[in-house]
Amino acid sequence: MRHMVSVLMENKFGVLARISTLFAARGFNIDSLSVSETEDPAISRMTIVVKSDGSILEQVTKQLNKLVDIIKVNDFTDCATIERGLALIKINMTKSCRDEIIGLIGMFRARIVDISQDSIVTEITGDENKIDAFMKVVMPYGIKETNRTGIVALTRGNTNKAK
Amino acid sequence: MQQKTGAQILVESLLKENVKIVFGLPGGQALPIFDAIHGSKLNFILTRHEQGAAHMADGYARSTGNPGVCIVTSGPGATNIVTGLGVAYMDSVPMVAITGQVATNVIGQDAFQEADTTGITRPVTKHNFLVKDVKCLAMTIKEAFYIATTGRPGPVLVDIPIDIQREVCEFTYPNKVEIRSYKPTYEGHHGQIKKTAEIINSSQRPVLYIGTGVVVSGAEREIVEISQKADIPVTNTLLAVGAYPYDTNLSLGMLGMHGTYCANKAIQAADVIIAVGARFDDRCTGKVCDFAKKAKIVHVDIDPTAISKVICVDIPVVGDAKTVLRAMLSLIDKKKRGEWLKTIDEWKAEHPLSYDRNDNELHPQYVVEKISELVQGEAIISTDVGQHQMWSAQYYKARHSRLFLTSGGLGAMGFGFPAGIGAKFGYPDKEVIVITGDGSFQMSMQEMAVVVSNDINIKVVILNNQYLGNVRQWQEMFYNKRYSHSCLARRKGCLEWCNSPDRGKCPVYIPDFVKWAESYGVLGMRVTCKKDVEPALKKMLEIKAPVVLDIRVEREENIFPMVPVGASLDDMLIRMNG
Repeated sequence: MRHMVSVLMENKFGVLARISTLFAARGFNIDSLSVSETEDPAISRMTIVVKSDGSILEQVTKQLNKLVDIIKVNDFTDCATIERGLALIKINMTKSCRDEIIGLIGMFRARIVDISQDSIVTEITGDENKIDAFMKVVMPYGIKETNRTGIVALTRGNTNKAK
Repeated sequence: MQQKTGAQILVESLLKENVKIVFGLPGGQALPIFDAIHGSKLNFILTRHEQGAAHMADGYARSTGNPGVCIVTSGPGATNIVTGLGVAYMDSVPMVAITGQVATNVIGQDAFQEADTTGITRPVTKHNFLVKDVKCLAMTIKEAFYIATTGRPGPVLVDIPIDIQREVCEFTYPNKVEIRSYKPTYEGHHGQIKKTAEIINSSQRPVLYIGTGVVVSGAEREIVEISQKADIPVTNTLLAVGAYPYDTNLSLGMLGMHGTYCANKAIQAADVIIAVGARFDDRCTGKVCDFAKKAKIVHVDIDPTAISKVICVDIPVVGDAKTVLRAMLSLIDKKKRGEWLKTIDEWKAEHPLSYDRNDNELHPQYVVEKISELVQGEAIISTDVGQHQMWSAQYYKARHSRLFLTSGGLGAMGFGFPAGIGAKFGYPDKEVIVITGDGSFQMSMQEMAVVVSNDINIKVVILNNQYLGNVRQWQEMFYNKRYSHSCLARRKGCLEWCNSPDRGKCPVYIPDFVKWAESYGVLGMRVTCKKDVEPALKKMLEIKAPVVLDIRVEREENIFPMVPVGASLDDMLIRMNG
């Protein structure tokens, strides 16, 4: 099952290594990861997406909490959250299909950020499903390269706390 | 304000932390530190191997309850303490390890004696630090001691590059430490404590299962009070040997793989198990899905990750054992459980711990029993790992906690001798006896130099069966007696398939521990028959100097009872044929 864990931690060197070691030692692959400073520069937020069995994940979140540099761990799995990721996608483009591709980009509310004779680079933001869906529809034109960020997430409204 | 070098700051900070003794070994990238130690008030004990330094710090910490400290150099110095850190980490022992490191501007350049020490030690420490600014050093040391000694204790490592050791800054030692991301829970949740008391009050067959947490928090008194008030029998883990008095009908002894018959029977029959500061180690539970199937399980532990890690518990109580038990005491009803205790007495009578006491063979259990008798359970026993460790745990009747030092979780051979030395430095007036095996002892016997050069009176009893005995036992029981590489007497020329010791034909055992002891100026004695055991032990205890006893015990003695790996506690073997 897909789980999303949000971690508030000290913005120090070595913390990422401590966290990734915890996952690696249990043979978990991290599907997506994003880290950045929060409004307080001394604190970073990390959003981790992993596939795992619920009880194992509970153990992992407890162990994350136990790490000295970690301030708070929230399991977002069953929470109302807003999730966003960003992808840059370079698509093959021949003259004949140019309008079609631009049409699709418009429909997905993606943006064109670069264009050349034979390719177009588009930027799309959204949750994982939206980005996956967009990639699927442009796949037939030929995707030259992509670069996707990890998912960032926040809980909605006043639901600050996870379960 | 005083200006001091990083090395001086370290030494001053250790003194401020009330550190009396430091174990270690110098090296290139720690030279400024050793220069600062020279002539300081720190009592520095020079070991012969860094692993010894780590185990000594551990033994000191286990016996005294104060954090143990070791200082070693970078690279190999640091990698050599990894086992020691692992032992302390698994057994929740407060330790602070200081390592030298190459200068900050060459880190990552494969400099001479460089190792990624914080990287290597991350999984075996509670926390570690790489100090990159001398101004942070004093606070880092303060935090290291705070983290090592609070919550569930553990080893903390501080890696200090040589340029930081030399740099100068103003020194004031912080009075307070506050880490916003580290706040151990001491008070248990009141509702959970109440629920626990209720479940105990309504139980018929409760069992208290106590571990290191009881020792760490000093809750031995509370356990006695609760068990007596509500008539609850108590079983202990390997690390809690001595934490509950043996001389009461409520004592079940150790549980688990080599635990007593009555302890394992009681666990399996219990309707409530109250685990306090114990972590349901696989050596305690046997086959997990068959563990205490009839019981509701309460788990009191300061470490939330220990709860429901192995066994799903019914009532978790996160908190310090002593604080939680104190709060629980008044909620627990006074009760007599005649029937339950009668059943337990029957189990005790049915299969007490036993070995063949009547023959003339030199059984290792007999040696431990005699030691226990002669010192009346008052001596500190430090063991290594293997058969002798289990016999020591079974037959040494420690009068209180912190008298039985052993590597439980990691099970590191080579621990016993240096840990015993560390304990002796903590308690110079107490008798310290290292009970070891011939295999384990050879992993750290170089530390005899520390014993002699510091003129300390420590006793080493080698239960010498000329095998890696526990390995041999498993090979006998589960690998058709194929003694693959477990015989330490074996030499070129022995039968390829030799699977039985034949005293006449076996090669002479090396080393000769008696001559070896003599080479250090230490008295060595060899005992080869049962009748000589007691006189030799008495002589050993009379002499106010170190002694090494090489006791040639029955070679193929096995540890029983035994719950084979993967079997349920119900399926314990009482002796070889079941």
